[in-house]
Amino acid sequence: MRKLGASSLLAAALVLSACGGGDDDNAQGGTISGEITVLTQRTDIVDTVFQEYKKKFEAKYPGTNVKFEGITDYEGEVRIRMNTKDYGDVLLIPNSVTADQFPTFFEPLGSLAEMKSKYRFATEKAFQDKVYGIAITGNAQGFVYNKAIWQQAGITAPPTTPQDFVAALQAIKDKTEAIPLYTNYKDGWPLTQWEGNRGGVSADPDAVNKLTTDDAPWAEGKEHFIIDSLLFDAVKAGLTEDDPTTTNWENSKNLIATGKVATMMLGSWAIIQMQQVAKNKADIGYLPFPYQTNGKFHSTMGGDYNNAVNINSDNKATARAWVDWFANESNYAVDQGGIAPLIDAKVPETLADFTAAGVELLELNPAPAGQEGLVSRIDTAGEVGLFEPTYRQRLVDAGRGAKKETKEQIFADLNKRWAEARAKTS
Amino acid sequence: MTPTPTTNRAPAAPAGTATPDRAQPSHTGWRRPRRVSLGNAATPYLFLLVPLALLAVFTYVPVANMFWYSVTSWNGLSPTKEYVGADNYVEIFTRPELFRVFWVSLYYVGASFFQLAAALYFATILSFNVRFRNLFKGILFFPYLINGVAIGMIFLYFFTPGGTLDTALGLIGADGISRQWLGDPDTVNFSLAGTSVWRYMGLNFVLFLGAIQSIPHHLYEAAQIDGANRWHQFRYIILPGIRPIIGLSFILAISGSLAVFEIPYIMLQGANGSETFVIQTVNMAFKFHKIGLASAMAVVLLVIILLITWLQRRIVPDEKVNLS
Repeated sequence: MRKLGASSLLAAALVLSACGGGDDDNAQGGTISGEITVLTQRTDIVDTVFQEYKKKFEAKYPGTNVKFEGITDYEGEVRIRMNTKDYGDVLLIPNSVTADQFPTFFEPLGSLAEMKSKYRFATEKAFQDKVYGIAITGNAQGFVYNKAIWQQAGITAPPTTPQDFVAALQAIKDKTEAIPLYTNYKDGWPLTQWEGNRGGVSADPDAVNKLTTDDAPWAEGKEHFIIDSLLFDAVKAGLTEDDPTTTNWENSKNLIATGKVATMMLGSWAIIQMQQVAKNKADIGYLPFPYQTNGKFHSTMGGDYNNAVNINSDNKATARAWVDWFANESNYAVDQGGIAPLIDAKVPETLADFTAAGVELLELNPAPAGQEGLVSRIDTAGEVGLFEPTYRQRLVDAGRGAKKETKEQIFADLNKRWAEARAKTS
Repeated sequence: MTPTPTTNRAPAAPAGTATPDRAQPSHTGWRRPRRVSLGNAATPYLFLLVPLALLAVFTYVPVANMFWYSVTSWNGLSPTKEYVGADNYVEIFTRPELFRVFWVSLYYVGASFFQLAAALYFATILSFNVRFRNLFKGILFFPYLINGVAIGMIFLYFFTPGGTLDTALGLIGADGISRQWLGDPDTVNFSLAGTSVWRYMGLNFVLFLGAIQSIPHHLYEAAQIDGANRWHQFRYIILPGIRPIIGLSFILAISGSLAVFEIPYIMLQGANGSETFVIQTVNMAFKFHKIGLASAMAVVLLVIILLITWLQRRIVPDEKVNLS
């Protein structure tokens, strides 16, 4: 017990000293040398691309040694590890960690104003005017699609309404052999990608913040109603795979690359992965969500995972150097076809379709002071799971007739849960 | 029924008691008997120290922690755990939908009866002199050795539309009955329970076989002389002879059915109506970050299983079997 008290005192002292340092980058102190451990979710490239990064970083800062730890179940594992002090020197902030928890676990990287002038998405991981993470890359939201198949079905322009979109899927079903829309139901997480469209459909940067004052986000005409109805209607019309319970994410890449699947709802990070599998790279394109505000498509762009420095790290100077180097010099975002976090970086080639369709990219506004993380807290309190596959799997089950529920019943249940959770969460 | 070796126990008895000291001849008078006996008495406990320490660290401490979490509103991350008393338990018992998933367990309870019957059948047959009996033993036990994740993957391909099962049905001309084995909400739990039977039958089989083989052989010979056929032998020698093992298997099967997790979670993550109580608990803890509530649910499940075990023991008391 005494040992625990001493170490928490130490942690408190560290927080204080870090805060006292103000906006100065050198608040971390120390010299850039020695060993750091970097946690990453990219187990697929940790032994290849990341080894190149390591070489370049160590060449720039002699005397440093970077060790990587690739973690397959990143979300689940790291959150549990954060109960100890040993969660790497540099790590990606797990999505389930809410803003009000940042100061307990991460070293502040700078003031919001200062970081905002350098990086995109800086507000996403900010709390009380301090920024705790820099995005490794950024994503837009939409549908990855196989252009050749869509053309075969006679559709050349992106549908502008959900009805048009369903009609387009129907045309694909009628005129081609492809599965019009693949849900990836079994793996679950691809269904959570639908949630990324919030803000983009309403073209409102405050869409997420408004959820905290809304008792019925699934009421007709609202954003969640539009997004989830499209999924439900497509399933209901039989435009998705026959047996959703045996889908397979890894194989779905091949399916869309070879034209056996026409469309999938995924963040723009997926485009390059599909292109790598496709015989003809140009076959893989990106569609905006079929909804226009003022005659224009909108899509949110948001940070992917964010690099952060462990507040318990023994080598914060080097850890900080890695975070900066990764954002400024590694070129990770561009290599992965994402939107680079640097403020002046160009829109990547993968989003050429969006540029052509005149899609306006918008960034969501951060939660107002005092309400940081409130949406997540309402979400978990009501067991809704906006970023969990559960309720969208339920929608798919209802749509294909495996559950005796109507869309309206599900939405009513979600509204009820949201309203109740909102009432008891502050 | 061999007599327990006395060598360990005799020295432990204090010198001068009525216990005959066979192992320690009394003429070793230069040694102080008391110290010897103390050291020897401690030996088994010293050996026990390591497993007990492991048991405490990896079982009892976490379970004690679970009890503690169950009275907090901890979210799995925050450094403080707020004490909320019995709130979590009140919540569980005021939300009937949390218990609805026990209906899913009934499929597995049903399957476990089938599983025990099949295991008993195979164990009985293979306890007689059958050709290739060792090969069959191996084949029947093998599935139990494969790990759960691999089984999940195998059966996912097995049940895929146009997968192994459909192909096999097609070969025998029965493709009329093929359907979405996992996609159809009416069959999904049968498919999963079937997978569970395939996996665990081997274990029951081996337990039964071991018990059957410990029945003295002369009983069968005596029965044969009295004109008993194979069925009589099974009914009046084997079945009563292995009753304790059958009882134990039932307890394990029922408690296992209530706590099914691996197969439905790996194959479907509890989707399409295959959610069980444990999956629900895991979701509560790791999707909605309600560690407190999830711990309370785990405690409730523990109590339910203890209760059912107790009931089972009351209804079918454990009788001592005397075979000779």
